[in-house]
Amino acid sequence: MKCIVCVKQVPDGASVEVDPVTGVLKRDGTQSKLNPYDLYAIEAALELKETCGATVDVITMGPGQAKEALRECMCMGADGAGLLSDRKFAGADVLATSYTIAQGIGKMGTYDLIFCGKQTTDGDTAQVGPEVAQWLEIPHAANVLEIQKPGRDRVTVRMNMDGYEQIQTMALPCLLTIDKDVNTPRLPSYKRERELAEGYLREFSLADLEDREEKHYGLSGSPTQVERIFPPEKNEYRQIFEGTPAELAGKIHQVLKETKFL
Amino acid sequence: MAELVIHQEQLNKDTAWQLCQLCPFGAIEYTGGQLTINSGCKMCKLCVNKGPQGAVEYVEKRVVETDKEDWRGIAVYVEHNGGKIHPVTLELIGKARELAAVTGHPVSALFIGSGIDGEAKQLPAYGVDQVYVYDRPELEHFSILTYANVFTDFIDVVKPSSVLVGATNVGRSLAPRVAARFRTGLTADCTVLEMKENTDLVQIRPAFGGNIMAQIVTPNHRPQFCTVRYKIFSVPPKVEHPVGEVCRREVTDGMIDRRVTVEEIMEKRKEIDISEAEVIIAVGRGVKNQADLELIRELAARLNAQLACTRPLIECGWFDAKRQIGLSGRTVKPKLIITAGISGSVQFAAGMRGADCIIAINKDRQASIFDIANVGLVGDWYEILPRLLETIKEGA
Repeated sequence: MKCIVCVKQVPDGASVEVDPVTGVLKRDGTQSKLNPYDLYAIEAALELKETCGATVDVITMGPGQAKEALRECMCMGADGAGLLSDRKFAGADVLATSYTIAQGIGKMGTYDLIFCGKQTTDGDTAQVGPEVAQWLEIPHAANVLEIQKPGRDRVTVRMNMDGYEQIQTMALPCLLTIDKDVNTPRLPSYKRERELAEGYLREFSLADLEDREEKHYGLSGSPTQVERIFPPEKNEYRQIFEGTPAELAGKIHQVLKETKFL
Repeated sequence: MAELVIHQEQLNKDTAWQLCQLCPFGAIEYTGGQLTINSGCKMCKLCVNKGPQGAVEYVEKRVVETDKEDWRGIAVYVEHNGGKIHPVTLELIGKARELAAVTGHPVSALFIGSGIDGEAKQLPAYGVDQVYVYDRPELEHFSILTYANVFTDFIDVVKPSSVLVGATNVGRSLAPRVAARFRTGLTADCTVLEMKENTDLVQIRPAFGGNIMAQIVTPNHRPQFCTVRYKIFSVPPKVEHPVGEVCRREVTDGMIDRRVTVEEIMEKRKEIDISEAEVIIAVGRGVKNQADLELIRELAARLNAQLACTRPLIECGWFDAKRQIGLSGRTVKPKLIITAGISGSVQFAAGMRGADCIIAINKDRQASIFDIANVGLVGDWYEILPRLLETIKEGA
């Protein structure tokens, strides 16, 4: 069984803020890390490597420094890695990102199972996985809690739905987005890092992909456009009330009504 | 569409360095005297607006415009479990009506399921003009490929300008699948939606980790897809004389994709996870006896809230440790937290100050919880909360 995990390098620590005076985005440092949700996807794939002898590749789209994230995956136990990096991929929204990744997966090889984390901590959309599956025209399951029967041509998964769980069987190849906390991701191994041989990484630019039409990538391939960014309204409302218990109970009731919690 | 053009001739080492520093995503690189933008770019356009004048230019390319006239109305996907309509659907219908009022377009609903006729007939009362029903036994449970095929048929027939989908687990799986089929834009978890007169949907959502709002449009593609979480908008009042109709559409064999088969539907095991809770009632040392928690539990049930506590109540064994908020417990970020009998130590506050709304009840006017509370009530929770519970019961 051949598996590939789609990962992303995301900013570490404090998130971005808008400077209210200058309107400039502020970010504390430029440290990056592997998207925490991806760790569960990598672990789920590596478990298949141990139980069914699967091979596990990883792929990402990003700038050159995203190689660090791929290296981390290698140290966790991946067999090979692919980096999609090109200036022409810049400014990609969900559609262009998923298309680029789908193209990249096509260049990496033929896979039975494609894994994604359930979402990223920076984009936070949870949409790229299902769109990759659509581009590849294969079934997908989102919020997978458990892979029950990985077979030769089918896989059964348990999915987290809204208020219930669903067990479904899917034909391979297919794509799974793995829910968080479903396993305990292993740490990168120092031994593996020491023994990591060169040559595990394949790099792809636009020119290496099947579809080289620039219009399908980056900003040009993105139907959505950011018109403006602005700081959110903070709840600066602070008020203290004193009164009889009945008045105060009435006050809470009113607030709960106004905020739609009742 | 558009791209960033760098005017290298206008740059020197200093201004190039300035641009590299300005980019919050580290997407601008300066090597060998050339400035380039790498794939880390999020198109925030800061380099255009705040960088050295004229160095980076945002150039819009003319593209073949979609004929927006061909796409009319706003469609809402009806989220349900076994025919029982999820309330986010009604909230979206309410918003769709507001948006449609700007352009004078109709509101349609897409209802996919099995044996859903009765439920479908309820929707016109909320102001839906056409409810499109796709009813067939194979559609009883959510099955991604088949549902996406049906959704595609609906869009081909109705050609809605905008499509609103609840950001539930089903919606977050289905909407991207269908949006990609139409090679169109999808904006997740919108918190504000507005309609322009030219039918462009203005979508506002938290971005880059939540401390920034982004206003997003899909100017050249139709339909415009977005998802919205539950409880962002309000359920609309029912209309007095519903005029909407139910339109039944045929579900062809070709729409049923058998690559996915649903084996079993199971009730979810309930697990305590206060860090994901939207509403929390937290109690502290102001609770004198364990038996007094009964009232709090009843109130929590009414508000669909999780119960949480401070460290001392864990130490006296009243709660599972998973319910502790604070530095040595969990960090929570609910939409609403009500604290009762909690003074608000630094350690506790660190675990909950990210809440959108904090209502605090404490007898001591000087308690530090009042420094962070949005609504502070100086009083005894033993006297206030029973009255609140009574009022809620009367209203129900």
